[in-house]
Amino acid sequence: MKTRYFLAIALMVAVFVSSCKKDNYDAPEVDFNGRLVYKGESINVQYGNVNFELWQPGFGNNGAINVNVNQEGGFSAKLFNGNYKLVFSANQGPFLWPKNVAGRQDTIQLNLNGSKTMDIEIVPYYMIRNGVITAAAGKVNASCKLEKIITDANAKNIESVSLYVNKTQFVDGSNNLATQTISGAAIADLNNLNMVVNIPSIVPTQNYVFARIGVKIAGVEDLIFTPVSKLTY
Amino acid sequence: MKKFIYTLSAVALLSFSQSCKKDSEFLNKQPTNTLSVDATWKDANLVLSVMGDLYDRFPDFQRVESWWLYTDFDEGFASAGGDYFRHQNIEYNYDSWNYWDYGYIRDINLFIKRGEESTSLSAADKNRFIAEARFIRAGVYFEMVKRMGGVPIITEVLEYDYSGDPTYLQRARAKESEVYDFIISELEAVKGILPNAANVQSRASKAAALAMESRAALYAASIAKYGASTPSVSLAGGEVGIPATMAQAYYKKSLDAAKEIIADGKYTLYNKNPNLSENFASLFTDKGNNTEMIFVKDFKLKTNKAHGFTIENQPRSSAEEQQGGRLNPSLNLVQSFEKLDNTFASLPNVDAAGNTLYYTNIGDIFTGRDARLAGTVILPGSQFKGKTVDIWAGYQLAGGATVTGDNFGQIKTNVLPGNTGAVQVVGGDGPVDGLEFSAQSGFYIRKFLDPAAGSGQIGTRSEVWWVRYRYAEVLLNAAEASFEMGDAAGAASYLKPVRDRAGLTTALTGTQITFDRIVHERKVELAFEGHELWDMKRWRLADKVWNGNSMSTADFTNASNIGSSTKQSTQVYGLWPYKYYNPGDPNHNKYIFKVVKPSRVTAAHRFRLGNYYSFINQDIINRNPKIVRNPNQ
Repeated sequence: MKTRYFLAIALMVAVFVSSCKKDNYDAPEVDFNGRLVYKGESINVQYGNVNFELWQPGFGNNGAINVNVNQEGGFSAKLFNGNYKLVFSANQGPFLWPKNVAGRQDTIQLNLNGSKTMDIEIVPYYMIRNGVITAAAGKVNASCKLEKIITDANAKNIESVSLYVNKTQFVDGSNNLATQTISGAAIADLNNLNMVVNIPSIVPTQNYVFARIGVKIAGVEDLIFTPVSKLTY
Repeated sequence: MKKFIYTLSAVALLSFSQSCKKDSEFLNKQPTNTLSVDATWKDANLVLSVMGDLYDRFPDFQRVESWWLYTDFDEGFASAGGDYFRHQNIEYNYDSWNYWDYGYIRDINLFIKRGEESTSLSAADKNRFIAEARFIRAGVYFEMVKRMGGVPIITEVLEYDYSGDPTYLQRARAKESEVYDFIISELEAVKGILPNAANVQSRASKAAALAMESRAALYAASIAKYGASTPSVSLAGGEVGIPATMAQAYYKKSLDAAKEIIADGKYTLYNKNPNLSENFASLFTDKGNNTEMIFVKDFKLKTNKAHGFTIENQPRSSAEEQQGGRLNPSLNLVQSFEKLDNTFASLPNVDAAGNTLYYTNIGDIFTGRDARLAGTVILPGSQFKGKTVDIWAGYQLAGGATVTGDNFGQIKTNVLPGNTGAVQVVGGDGPVDGLEFSAQSGFYIRKFLDPAAGSGQIGTRSEVWWVRYRYAEVLLNAAEASFEMGDAAGAASYLKPVRDRAGLTTALTGTQITFDRIVHERKVELAFEGHELWDMKRWRLADKVWNGNSMSTADFTNASNIGSSTKQSTQVYGLWPYKYYNPGDPNHNKYIFKVVKPSRVTAAHRFRLGNYYSFINQDIINRNPKIVRNPNQ
């Protein structure tokens, strides 16, 4: 009887140990981190709406690895070591991605051998400068300047500028409690933009809100934002 | 022993010689459970059964067999436990609605090839079959081009030669305009061969070909015209996007095709019942001599071709099963039905100053509206199958508190001031927030709901057909094409019969016809018929209507932009009736209405530019590197 148990246990051990080795592949364990930047400044976007693709050639059929950019412009991915090509698909993000001579989206070579931190330099259509957001007397006040970065034939106009207020740290067109929007036609001076919005009642009550300014560029889907400000009142 | 050996060898000899003979025959034996191609093409009835399979696979996106797809675009609310997620996703996936079915195309091409090679059928049969197959093929390409943009046009049967090099089979995507041109030319080619008779409705007819041509040309024209507003939705090779210069020619083709159907005079708008709302409802359910229907997917009871739309969506209080009520039309749609004086207005639950309005009868708030409203939607207080639906959310007390329940027709005791008895506190159809099958938007769907007894039973089901093309749409196509070609008076004359049937007897004049009017008319006439997504896409309105921004009750009370083509519709709202309870008050027992957002609606739909053309799967591109990717993805 005892020997039988021993046998059974030995068999189980043998099966488990061997199966673990045989079945499982190593998980990807190399980190690839970074931010989207323009001259060292982070590009803030809406979470889950801007992503780039990593392609690793040489393994049969191609398939892209999608990497999402978070709302502060940062990204991170767990990958295997290897050579990748990094590309933003056409019209992604509030910026202009360079094209190659064939008119297709250009790629960046990415060689991973161990974890890597790399900022991706991009050229946005506009930058939001001097963004100041404050809360006072039940209102959120915001002011900012817009600097037109791309001024050549690819230049685009402003469609609208909005101030978004939300009770959580996710603040954008889909996630907000209150907004104030200035349409592009109503903007007289790009260097002097002011917006005010009443803080709505929040259930359960909290004494802080999050706010940021987003700029919608005509013909570009993704907005560019200021960093999220937490306002206590 | 010897005897035994003899016997054995004899047996062996016999069996071997037997089996040898049989084996060779066996390999040449004709199967008894399938018919060979040659045998099939000797008999028109057998070919018809092959044709039936091709018709059965004809693609639609939304259909009566898939009620839930209507709720993805805020035409309706999904009042069913497993479908609330449809109101909780912000974005549509890039691969939503993709369609790439070259297996089907190959089957059609094979059918055409075999038809052309066959010699036993009569010329009339043969020509009709081939014309029908080409009609179906045009329909499949239409479905592909509206979802994916330009696709490879394959009109012959491709055979692989096993050489190890498949590159000669890899075709590049055609331009979007070339696919539309192909569809139009195919339909022009077959329209004269197909029968020109209004009673041919589930098979291709001349009018079906022309109706498809009219719609396809209209789509191409509007993509050419309105694509200019979304310049990033295009590809340099023209696989996506049509030059604006081609718009007028396509509009003309659309108008010409529509005019040909009108001139043939075989079809009329359904007008059998003087009660216009009842008439509009039975337009979809009356299959006897209904000369409005041009091309349908037909169903038949007591076969496996019956559907459960009525089971899924019948009013819960009078349901023939313990279910129903899943598809609840949204207030977004309901309020867009205009008033009889051709103006738009929110349903007046409050007056201009914001004071609550009281109604003696529950249905009074909906009076004086487009008759199609009550024909499309089961309103509180209206009837289905002779039973009045019981939609009211509870009692409103004088102090502002409400008394309501959490189950169908719940009865509570001693809940109303001055009444210790048992009272029903909520309607038998709800609405109860979060209770599936209750009218969570305050409305039930009426269009396509079968009034026949037993249609709500699982054992019987319904044979109401699914309408793909009908005469009213042809008139709307003609109106839109005329308007875009600068003939507003002509557009008004095409709209007139459609609007007359809806009880909107004050005719619009040419100067009153605007783009917004055209958009509006299609929205209300063709609601729940599978047009909404494609119309919004071709007008490039989708990213404005589903813009991802939240809505508020201000969009539904005294709203001023209801007739606007760009009016946002990202979240489903509802309108709930309450009984006012205040004995002694003149308004006691009258009805008030509240605009509500069902709590299951948590996200606002957002249609991204990359949704205009669906993502082409990477494995398709891996197999055929000539396929270029769609923009914005």
